[in-house]
Amino acid sequence: MTALMSPAETEGDAKPPARFAEIPRWARSVLYLALGVGILSLARVLTGAGQLTAENTLRSALYLALPIALAGLGGLWSERAGVVNIGLEGMMVLGTWFGAYGGIAYGPWQGVLLGVVGGAIGGLLHAIATVVFGVDHIISGVSINLLAVGLCEFLTSVNWDGASARESPTIPDTVARVDLLPFLKDPLRDLAGQHRFFLSDLANAILSVTTNISLLVLVALALFPLTYFILWKTPFGLRLRSVGEDPDAADSLGVPVYRMKFIAVMVSGAMSGLGGVVLVYLFSGKFQSQQTGGRGFIGLAAMIFGNWRPGGLLVGAGLFGFMDSMQSQVTETSHALLVGAALVFLVTGLACAYRRLWVSTAVFFVLAGAAAWWYQATDELPREIIPYFPHVTTLLVLVFASQRLRMPAADGKVWRRGGR
Amino acid sequence: MIRRATLALAAPILAIAVAMAFSALMLALTDYSAGDVLHVIFSKGFERTNLVTTVNRAAPYYISGVAVAIGFKMNLFNIGVEGQYKLAALFAAAAAAAVELPAPLHVLFTFAVAMAVGAAWASIPALLRAYRGVSEVISSIMLNATALGFGAFFLQRWLRAPASESPVLGTKAISPSGQLPTLNGLLGAIGIHVPDATRVQSYIVVAAIVGVAYYLLIWRARYGFDLRATGSNAEAATASGVDAKRMVITAMLLSGAIAGLIGLNNIMGPAARYTDVSVVSGLGFTGIAIALLGRNNPIGIAFAALLWAFMDAVQTPLSNADLPKQITAIMQGITVLSVVIAYEVVRRVSVRQELAGLRHHSADGAAPSADPPPSTGTGPEVAPA
Repeated sequence: MTALMSPAETEGDAKPPARFAEIPRWARSVLYLALGVGILSLARVLTGAGQLTAENTLRSALYLALPIALAGLGGLWSERAGVVNIGLEGMMVLGTWFGAYGGIAYGPWQGVLLGVVGGAIGGLLHAIATVVFGVDHIISGVSINLLAVGLCEFLTSVNWDGASARESPTIPDTVARVDLLPFLKDPLRDLAGQHRFFLSDLANAILSVTTNISLLVLVALALFPLTYFILWKTPFGLRLRSVGEDPDAADSLGVPVYRMKFIAVMVSGAMSGLGGVVLVYLFSGKFQSQQTGGRGFIGLAAMIFGNWRPGGLLVGAGLFGFMDSMQSQVTETSHALLVGAALVFLVTGLACAYRRLWVSTAVFFVLAGAAAWWYQATDELPREIIPYFPHVTTLLVLVFASQRLRMPAADGKVWRRGGR
Repeated sequence: MIRRATLALAAPILAIAVAMAFSALMLALTDYSAGDVLHVIFSKGFERTNLVTTVNRAAPYYISGVAVAIGFKMNLFNIGVEGQYKLAALFAAAAAAAVELPAPLHVLFTFAVAMAVGAAWASIPALLRAYRGVSEVISSIMLNATALGFGAFFLQRWLRAPASESPVLGTKAISPSGQLPTLNGLLGAIGIHVPDATRVQSYIVVAAIVGVAYYLLIWRARYGFDLRATGSNAEAATASGVDAKRMVITAMLLSGAIAGLIGLNNIMGPAARYTDVSVVSGLGFTGIAIALLGRNNPIGIAFAALLWAFMDAVQTPLSNADLPKQITAIMQGITVLSVVIAYEVVRRVSVRQELAGLRHHSADGAAPSADPPPSTGTGPEVAPA
């Protein structure tokens, strides 16, 4: 029994001081989000770079973050059941191809469905290799990545336009876009136009997720609370996570370990496949070879950044997406990021001071000073390196906060019933 | 003994058969004839032009396979080969273009820079793993992506040839003393005729040297013994006085240094400079597949690299014959997936046989341990982040 209880309890390792811990997790996510908007807002006011929080910037950040977040959500499902899924990239590739094929041959929503199924088939392969045959998870994942790319290139060449084609025709019909809160649109635009501190930026943030938004984005976003509910609030979710923590104990209590792992890895592939569909439908409008560009891997990074939890991984993916969107902005805007970074360091430093971690406090204050100095001393941030700030951040999190990260205890371990 | 050898050979043969069957199925489903494809593969695949392409492509694959295999021998998963060789190729090309040295020295200098850069980039996951316990897989994923931005940044701002010299973004040209010769003349002298339009790159010699060095270091040197010991049982090795941290760091550095050599064949050959197209992408991941196929064995990796390169090379005759050339990419993918499954099954079967043998021999009836011995070689465990 203790083994089944332990997932919830041992997470106390990473508990912040008591008063903060009393706030429910979802509310904390909202607080972090508000803090993020606040920091961006302050950076905008300090630098005058209005594009930093413009509606379009935020929407493009959201769109860029979504495939990464979905891959990360896929990683979360599979790793919570103890299977490391480095094949997310390949499953995403399958999602792009099948999504495009379905979209062209049948219709937009059929395409979405087919893309999800394509990803799930990739997940099924991974489950067969790792769960049935006990192949090392990373090795199986790498093989699936290779296979998926080859398969999709082959299917492209036989389906569309002969042997050298590396992309599909454009999908004729895409998923509809809607305004969620049409009555609020004008007042919010008004508020955004007034350039008030925080309020205008918040208005932009709300506008970016409610106006002219693809239904596909809404479906994808809904998967995050849904995942949280299923994995943390249902008996099924408890069983699935118990398999990732201690499969022997779960097995002894009658949890069907193999079946749980199969379900988890297939859902994982489906999520990643949906990430591929998003990539096709929101960006290129067609399948292109190499279109995923390593987003499956980055999803895994976002998941680790988010400590194997859906809220955290959304924050991580948001960071990756926002930095990605900065690359196409004018230099003035991306330069303002340095002020944003300085503020983040400052706030983190203050948080460390509150916890009486003096060394960390000093480090973060020095970092804040360095970022501010960098802003003062230069006119631009090198465009080539902007998208890689989240990667470096994730590395730093791994290096300095790995004690606060807690992966599922049996993650990545091959499990055979009876130890054979 | 014979039974074990049969089992070991059975795995790759079974895998290739599965790959063939699946590819035939794919072709049948898409209204192509598997017979036609096989006919082209066997009739055109072994023509000399195609074999030259195969050998040229096999060299970087082999080096990549060895780079990954060094990690595997130590239960380390150097998935970062991808980033290491790209950065190394860029900086080595820039360094080689910046100096003028006599021929052999110039080449050796370029190799040294490439190995140093590869090792330096590999040192980050190595140190993180040894001192902070960060999984090298995760940190390498981050570093692979970062390497792209890092390289683009340096190329754009400091290393590029002026636009007046070359319209394409790339380093300056490397002078002839820093380029590797072709083997055409040498092969002609010993009576092997090479078609005139093709060139046999001497990079295959570099690959062979890497292979021999790998064999000597891992199987014939004390360091290699420690490395294999740590790889198969870290606790036992530590108990016998091996410094595990040191082994992690040196193995990663070695792997990175070898990885540094992967991308140079074109830069020190036909292209003579670094541009975005002179280095092929994805060789690091291919190296993982090749190390798996070749079971980390220097000869096995050579066969795997040749097979993989042959599958690549045969794409040209296939597309000339109006057949879908990408079918070979499927064959490659299925082969590697089924080979890892087959090896795992074979490992289980032989463990079971060993246990049965032990039970049979233990006359006093003492039950041998039911736990299978730890897997050797193929299955590195993922260290917790």
